Amino acid sequence: MSDVAASPNRRRGIVSLTLMAGIMLVGLHIAIGLLTLVWLPYEPNAFTGGRLEGASLAHWVGTDRLGRDLFTQLMIGSRIALTVGLGAVAIGATIGVSIGILAAFASRWLDDALAATLDILIAFPTLLIAMLVVAASDTASLGSAIVALGIALSAIVARLTRILAKRVLVMDYITAARTSGSSWPKIVAIHVLPNIWPTLSVNFALQFGLAVIAEASLSYLGLGAPPPNASWGRMLQEAQGTVYTAPLGAIAPGIALVSLAIGVNLLADGLRARIDAARTLS
Amino acid sequence: MTLISVDRVSFGYTAERRILDDVSFAMESGDTVGLVGESGSGKTTLLRLLLGLARPDSGTITFDGASLDPRNAAFMRQFRRQAQIVFQDPYSSLDPRQKISSIIAEPLRSLRIPGDHRQMVADALSSVGLDADAAGRYPHQFSGGQRQRIAIARAIVAGPRLLLADEAVSALDLTTKIRIVELLASLGTRMSLLFVSHDIGVVAALCRRIVILERSRIVESGDTAEVLARPQHPYTQRLLASVPRLSLKDTRS
Ligand SMILES: Nc1ncnc2c1ncn2[C@@H]1O[C@H](COP(=O)(O)OP(=O)(O)O)[C@@H](O)[C@H]1O
Ligand SMILES: [Mg+2]
Repeated sequence: MSDVAASPNRRRGIVSLTLMAGIMLVGLHIAIGLLTLVWLPYEPNAFTGGRLEGASLAHWVGTDRLGRDLFTQLMIGSRIALTVGLGAVAIGATIGVSIGILAAFASRWLDDALAATLDILIAFPTLLIAMLVVAASDTASLGSAIVALGIALSAIVARLTRILAKRVLVMDYITAARTSGSSWPKIVAIHVLPNIWPTLSVNFALQFGLAVIAEASLSYLGLGAPPPNASWGRMLQEAQGTVYTAPLGAIAPGIALVSLAIGVNLLADGLRARIDAARTLS
Repeated sequence: MTLISVDRVSFGYTAERRILDDVSFAMESGDTVGLVGESGSGKTTLLRLLLGLARPDSGTITFDGASLDPRNAAFMRQFRRQAQIVFQDPYSSLDPRQKISSIIAEPLRSLRIPGDHRQMVADALSSVGLDADAAGRYPHQFSGGQRQRIAIARAIVAGPRLLLADEAVSALDLTTKIRIVELLASLGTRMSLLFVSHDIGVVAALCRRIVILERSRIVESGDTAEVLARPQHPYTQRLLASVPRLSLKDTRS
């Protein structure tokens, strides 16, 4: 009896540990990103020290080839990564959820066609699609990177939304809503979206992590935001030639990138565990 | 007065297979009718047609003398106030993300029924034997039987003339089943009740008239007592023979 009663509590404890770690890591990046809007240790493009200096009190993770402060660039990198992640997920979610809901309501052949198209799109790597979209726009900018990643993510969101919405639409409470006189748009707004939201939100967190890594990859390949936007991906690329003489230049943005990606994944895991726990309760 | 009249209705989800074949029956206003048939015989499909959720391939359905046409929005708005349904599975019929108050008030809001909705929800809850404080809780906080009461409250809150119950007690344990049947019986004095079941015993206890559906066709209909005493169609005879005598007595007493 007693261990039956204790088990949900124990599980809730683990849940909140994962969630807490995720919130702390992501929260740290958010705090740094917001801080860069009002304060930075150095002017990001000013030559504030010697070239390729090591860590010191003045330059916590040293300087780059041109003597710019790396920590300042790391901090701006947090803001860029979060902006890209949020922007890409917002665009991917808007397009993806709309298409997914449409497919869930579509006639048989349109639904089949949409589902097949989505499967093909998903078979292409996210990064490849993003690169194609960036290549199609004239200039590489922060905006084009966000739009490119958003479009690349939307197929995954659409496929998930379609499946989740279909599962909800066969429920009796949807039929009850129809016989209660609720219109389809209203049914989507008050029944379908709230019921698929928990699972979708976990997926959005995972997509956010993917977008952050993909943005770093785009920047690494020179397809991301151009200077003066400091991106972890570009920092990695710039540090490549000097990785043996000044390893911090590559290690620091690597750690920043990995910590945000892990934080977001922990957050997603924590959210999922919470949702599962709520489900077993009901 | 005839409330529903189903006239030579045929329907199939696909062109290849007819689910309902030349079905006709009528229901008087204020009557309690049991629609009996094995699983898969087309009972739920018939209810979907009666609710205007699908259209017959051929034949007509009239409600209160007017043709039931799902494409006629003005008619449907009026109709939705008057006909409501309770489902079999109490776990799938309530939106888990909504409070009981909004679940029960949905017909009032969507059909723009004037009045104090909160009071109407409270009245509906008391009609089905639930406390008023249920309104603030969520479906997962209730048992199957209580959920079925909530579903019934939603069905009656707008004051319908016709209540359809699709296997509404089939998923419940025996004691709960008897309670819900009693509740439906008391509601049956205030409105017309079309009670769908594969359980002849429950129909015998609840319904004045009975309609027997066998694989997409109506094979027999009439006064419940008469049909049960002198079944004419071989299918009805077989159906009756397969009912354990004890359960028939149990539910009646
Ligand atoms: N949405 C649907 N699409 C295709 N076939 C269906 C659908 N719903 C029910 N059917 C089929 O119609 C037949 C009758 O189903 P139903 O009306 O649910 O029967 P009952 O309620 O008497 O068990 C069954 O064979 C079922 O497989
Ligand atoms: Mg059925």
